Amino acid sequence: MTVTADPEVRPLVTPEGVDLRVRIAPVSERGAALLIDLAIIVAALIAATLVVAGFGMATGMQGASGQLAAIIWLLGFFLLRNFYFTAFECGARGATPGKRILGLRVAARSGGALRVDQVVARNAMRELELYLPIGFLFANGSDVEALIILCGIVWCAIFVFLPLFNRDRLRLGDIIAGTWVIKAPKQVLLPDMASARAGDPAFVFTDAQLDQYGVKELQVLESVLRNADPTAMTAVAERIRTKISWRKTGRELDSEFLSAYYAALRRRLEQRLLFGKRKRDKHDLS
Amino acid sequence: MANVSLRSLRFRQEREATWVQLEDLLKRLERRSPASLSDEDMLAIPSLYRATLSSLSVARATSLDLALIEYLEALCARAYFFVYGARTTLVERIGDFFAYSWPNAVRNMWRETIAAGLIMAVGALAAFFLIQSDPAFYFSFVPAELSGGRDPGASAAELRETLYQPVDVDDALGVFATFLFTHNAQIAIFAFALGVAFCLPSIFLIAYNGCTLGAMFAVFAAHGLAFEFGGWVLIHGVTELLAITLAGAAGLRVGWAVAFPGALSRLEAAERAGREGGVAMIGVVVMLMLAGLLEGFARQLIQADLVRWSIAGASAVIWALYFYIPRGQRR
Repeated sequence: MTVTADPEVRPLVTPEGVDLRVRIAPVSERGAALLIDLAIIVAALIAATLVVAGFGMATGMQGASGQLAAIIWLLGFFLLRNFYFTAFECGARGATPGKRILGLRVAARSGGALRVDQVVARNAMRELELYLPIGFLFANGSDVEALIILCGIVWCAIFVFLPLFNRDRLRLGDIIAGTWVIKAPKQVLLPDMASARAGDPAFVFTDAQLDQYGVKELQVLESVLRNADPTAMTAVAERIRTKISWRKTGRELDSEFLSAYYAALRRRLEQRLLFGKRKRDKHDLS
Repeated sequence: MANVSLRSLRFRQEREATWVQLEDLLKRLERRSPASLSDEDMLAIPSLYRATLSSLSVARATSLDLALIEYLEALCARAYFFVYGARTTLVERIGDFFAYSWPNAVRNMWRETIAAGLIMAVGALAAFFLIQSDPAFYFSFVPAELSGGRDPGASAAELRETLYQPVDVDDALGVFATFLFTHNAQIAIFAFALGVAFCLPSIFLIAYNGCTLGAMFAVFAAHGLAFEFGGWVLIHGVTELLAITLAGAAGLRVGWAVAFPGALSRLEAAERAGREGGVAMIGVVVMLMLAGLLEGFARQLIQADLVRWSIAGASAVIWALYFYIPRGQRR
């Protein structure tokens, strides 16, 4: 098991006893997701209004059809405001469209199933954290009223900025419902970088040459190979050659050298891993 | 040494098919409803998930391919939330909610419900006696646009008329009912949300609601229309006032738990109360929908005082029996 010093990682131990190590979503991403969701809500309301208006024009806004339009609008507004978030977060993905775009999901802090009452509780709090502050921002009054509005804004600000002041980035709704928002990225299975040149006879490294580096450098090298940026590869290849005193032959490409060294280093480190020795980085001399 | 491939590479080649299959099933599941997958697929997911979980353990211990470990972590988490997610169908869940969780949550809140009810009653009584002593106070409780001509300046005949407005078929009853429901539901959700701030705002909101009621009652009682006004309000008011009381009670419960967590940690106490409050709130919205229908349709269509009163009484009895008859815990 690697011990990550990442402050965002939280343990999530499955009933099978494996720690999935989920990551807490940063406030910035959650804010972006919220903005996307609000844009969707506003767009839906505008579209509904246009439909209702067109409907009214076509029918001359008389009798039952005009009433139907009004009902659609009243109910639509209410449902969107209160149940847009709830409905989406109750689904299989546990995320609103905005959260899905940013690769986030809502999960129960206990690690169990996310229940409907939790989702309802966390979204009922939006009244206080979102709609009330918005209401205050559009309020205008004079003298005493202005003072009351100002106090209201300050009071709401406490709740609005709550996620910035706790470790798990919980907003008020999360605290009440026992939920948190975690990262659920769509990971693609990438090709293994060691498969290209594992055991290429042109590159044979001695153990001494391979013991110069540890796991950290190996994983940096992996990302360099994945990015395949020629200038970075040349620079890294030069540094490695210097360190392990490798003489460059004329027809040797930097990328080939790096792949071969990566494969050899990984084999060496993984072998030592089987004997319980994890060489963390180049300074780790165990 | 030269042509032996890496151990971790072999491990990946052997198991890759399992991961891809799991990922494919999850993709299809997330895109569509669980019903669209065949039974074999649904049964395959838990075993594929466990196989992938063991791959993750092995990979963490033996492989140094960072991208692979990250991929497996993400895939396992996705599968985990599916496998240990909601196990019941929506219909079962809704049935369960109305049969057990909602009444149980409401019954557990009986202390807060009594407190919220008392606060509302105190507000109503205070407004009633204030207006009896000086009708000028009326507009500090009831905004002019809400009163609709029901104010101390109106004559007895005018007031009576407001209680029995003639019903037009063209009258927008549906719109009226919808407006009432959305407006009241918004207030109830707000009362619940406000409770978290150590109860105080919730208390004000419930008390103010009581004040409005008491103020109106004072105006009608002054003209000897107390009984008629009671029928006009309570035909839907029993359901509506109970719903707002419950919303306030749910808010009080959360606020109380935050302020006085007792043996639990503050966070745990808030969480426990919040979940119960959440259950109660779903029910409150349902109640307000019923109240909106009663107010928008029943009250406008039924003009007889006694029938109005009997509907009010019946709804009170039904709610009391539904919430407070003891029943078993969830199966």
